[in-house]
Amino acid sequence: MQGVNFTLCEGEIHALMGENGAGKSTLIKVLTGVYGKDEGEIFLKGKDKAVLIHSPQDAQKLGISTVYQEITLCPNLSVAENMYISRTKGIGQNWKKMNEDAGKILKSLDIPAKATQQLGSCSIAVQQMVAIARAVDMDCKVLILDEPTSSLDDQEVEKLFRLMRELKAKGVGIIFVTHFLDQVYEVCDKITVLRDGQLVGEYEIKDLPRVQLVSKMLGKELDDMSDIRGESSVYSKEDASNHVFEAEGLVSNAGIKPFDFYIRKGEVNGFTGLLGSGRSECVRAIFGADRVIGGTVKKNGKEVKISKPLDAMKNGIAYLPEDRKIDGIIGDLSVRENIILALQVLKGFFKPFTKAEANKFAEEYIKLLGIKTASADTPIKSLSGGNQQKAILARWLLMNPEYLILDEPTRGIDIGTKIDIQKLVLKLASEGMSVTFISSETDEMLRTCSRLVVMRDRKVVGELSGDDLTQNKIMNTIAGGDKK
Amino acid sequence: MQSKALKKTGMVEICSKLFRKQIFIPIAALLLLAIFNLINDPSFYKITLGYNSVGDPVLSGYLIEILDYGSELAILAIGMTLVTAATGGQDISVGAAIAISGSVVLRVLCGTNSRPETLQAPIIVAFLVSCVTAMLFGAFNGVLVAYFKIQPMVATLILFTAGRSIAAWINKNELPIISEPSFGYFGGFIPGIPIPTPFFLAVICMIVAALLLKFTNLGLYTQAVGINESSSKLNGLNPMVIKFLTFVILGLCVAVAGLIKVSRFSTINYSVVAKDIEMDAILAVALGGNALGGGKFSMAASILGAYVIQFLTTTLYKFNVQSDALPAYKAVVVIVLVVLSAPIVRDWLSKTWKKMKLKLHVKEVA
Repeated sequence: MQGVNFTLCEGEIHALMGENGAGKSTLIKVLTGVYGKDEGEIFLKGKDKAVLIHSPQDAQKLGISTVYQEITLCPNLSVAENMYISRTKGIGQNWKKMNEDAGKILKSLDIPAKATQQLGSCSIAVQQMVAIARAVDMDCKVLILDEPTSSLDDQEVEKLFRLMRELKAKGVGIIFVTHFLDQVYEVCDKITVLRDGQLVGEYEIKDLPRVQLVSKMLGKELDDMSDIRGESSVYSKEDASNHVFEAEGLVSNAGIKPFDFYIRKGEVNGFTGLLGSGRSECVRAIFGADRVIGGTVKKNGKEVKISKPLDAMKNGIAYLPEDRKIDGIIGDLSVRENIILALQVLKGFFKPFTKAEANKFAEEYIKLLGIKTASADTPIKSLSGGNQQKAILARWLLMNPEYLILDEPTRGIDIGTKIDIQKLVLKLASEGMSVTFISSETDEMLRTCSRLVVMRDRKVVGELSGDDLTQNKIMNTIAGGDKK
Repeated sequence: MQSKALKKTGMVEICSKLFRKQIFIPIAALLLLAIFNLINDPSFYKITLGYNSVGDPVLSGYLIEILDYGSELAILAIGMTLVTAATGGQDISVGAAIAISGSVVLRVLCGTNSRPETLQAPIIVAFLVSCVTAMLFGAFNGVLVAYFKIQPMVATLILFTAGRSIAAWINKNELPIISEPSFGYFGGFIPGIPIPTPFFLAVICMIVAALLLKFTNLGLYTQAVGINESSSKLNGLNPMVIKFLTFVILGLCVAVAGLIKVSRFSTINYSVVAKDIEMDAILAVALGGNALGGGKFSMAASILGAYVIQFLTTTLYKFNVQSDALPAYKAVVVIVLVVLSAPIVRDWLSKTWKKMKLKLHVKEVA
């Protein structure tokens, strides 16, 4: 990161935007003392000299609090314990008072959690709010929210925004990092755009229409969104009725109701529904990632047995999981090893790829998908989120699957990569690959999918295709059919 | 002048590259110990060719002793490295398991009589039976860890506690003695070859391990499972099988080490044989710079680590440190080594190297 100026005023929500690797996280980490700075100074209101921040503790003392994308609290402690951890004085602890205090704060911020409840039993959104409550209670002047919404659904986001506005009214300055443009325009006052570790500019929200924001982030004029949509309608041939995969009454131990499912050759379909509606569980059942306890799967009309991921892989199914960090990357291994892993497993224990083969595969896909990495030897964990995702995508593409399942492939990824991935999906489909695309963003689904399976409460409740594929229609189906 | 400076920067570069390599830690430790001994008493490195009681040529000296006893440790380190990588935990029952497998060897060789005139079975048969036994006990640990998901240290605590009693029970608490001289070859010398046999056995194990790592995906799979089990599962791996496998492989290593141990004395002392060897084996893995929490590993570094540990032990013995006090001295050295190998210190070191490089560069330009 180089020569970035950043100003945050009291009672302002300031969006920090930029692609993956643009330096947003780095800026935040310098502000909070996680990384040291080589040059430059940080000033705070009420202090005439530049403040020194050497560690996160320093930052906290100065009233700078951060809530990260991944929850950094302890799920096995209670909500109150999490709020007061590491900030109690002395050895003794007045548990009753702590719980009471916590309860008061939760109530004042309208957070639906009990002080004594175990944090892990709350939804992600509530956990996030608890993290914010903790920050607020520490009397923070500056609150940094690093992609707090990436795992929340719309209602939860709305709650979070209400909380943010309240804090703003109390004079807290909020730095909001997100990839969701809608959210920026809904809640923010100012935008600072970074690109390649450098400052692009600071803008008032009203002076910067979306298209310009995106082009500022990318540093080039954006391909028109409608362009892609045009392509998708070309590919969505409804007449091809050959079902590559078909499932009947499939049910797994993850708690979904039995569902039927089919996908045609070269088709892109999607599962939609609120978070927790069972979208991921459905595709996990198809892939055999959860234990399947009933139902049949047919491939090209013939019944196949899929009871574990390896069975699915042998049948040409690939699955890009929802949680990249937990289920996707193998952090300490190199990009190369991460890319070849699936194909290697498929090939067998006694037939390792030679170094030359592995290198060839890795180089090919690094180039094809434009993965930004120092070399194929770099540990994958040191790549930015979007590039990690591309590498995992490369892993499955290398397998050359017939049916590719992408569960939230674009979550937490910058808009440029998002469009790359969407385009890639459509291209693969046009070459005959069947793809299931799951996303929390409805526009993204509309752009790529030609058929949507709608889920509610762990049940498939409808299917939309053709002219029915509109935002309204989807919302209605998710919410519970047509309003009578 | 200039060429000298260039040479210097070249050196620095090589050094800083080496710093980041995992094997740097055991090499540095080895050098440190070697230099210490050189300064203190160069006769440490004296190797003499003598003749043993039977009249065969044997080499003797401190270095030979290290090669001899370090080899058992190196064999164990191979298995321990794999277990550590896949499960993120260690097997603390290897000492007890060595007692068991050694006891099995003696039992098969002796049959019912504890002082047999002749061997009741060929040594190879006894060894194979002990391999199977040790692998079964490895499998027992493996099932506890892989299937029942018990922490490796806790799971192996069971065998750690019970192992030596089981070993005694196998021979009905008698102490069999083998009089057949050829049985002593494995822990001693083969007639005509002045280098201790354990070293050759260790080399065979290393070659087998190297072949396994080269021609199978054992390395990739254990590392993948050790780093991210959930993701490995979704990539079609079966973490349970892999963890189980590493314990079975360690069992095989234990059997080899057990053979060496009983062959050394042609008998066994259940409560003393291979005592505390598990700690040395774990130390070897740690000294090799491998994360004890699992994941990436370097087999070469572990093996070198094993010899360094033995180097240390032998050095301490030479200074007449009493065997009771030995662990305390070892602990001091281990603290230094482990702190040195901590990522924080390594980062700091490589940063310092970089700065030095920069300074040199500035000088050059000037």
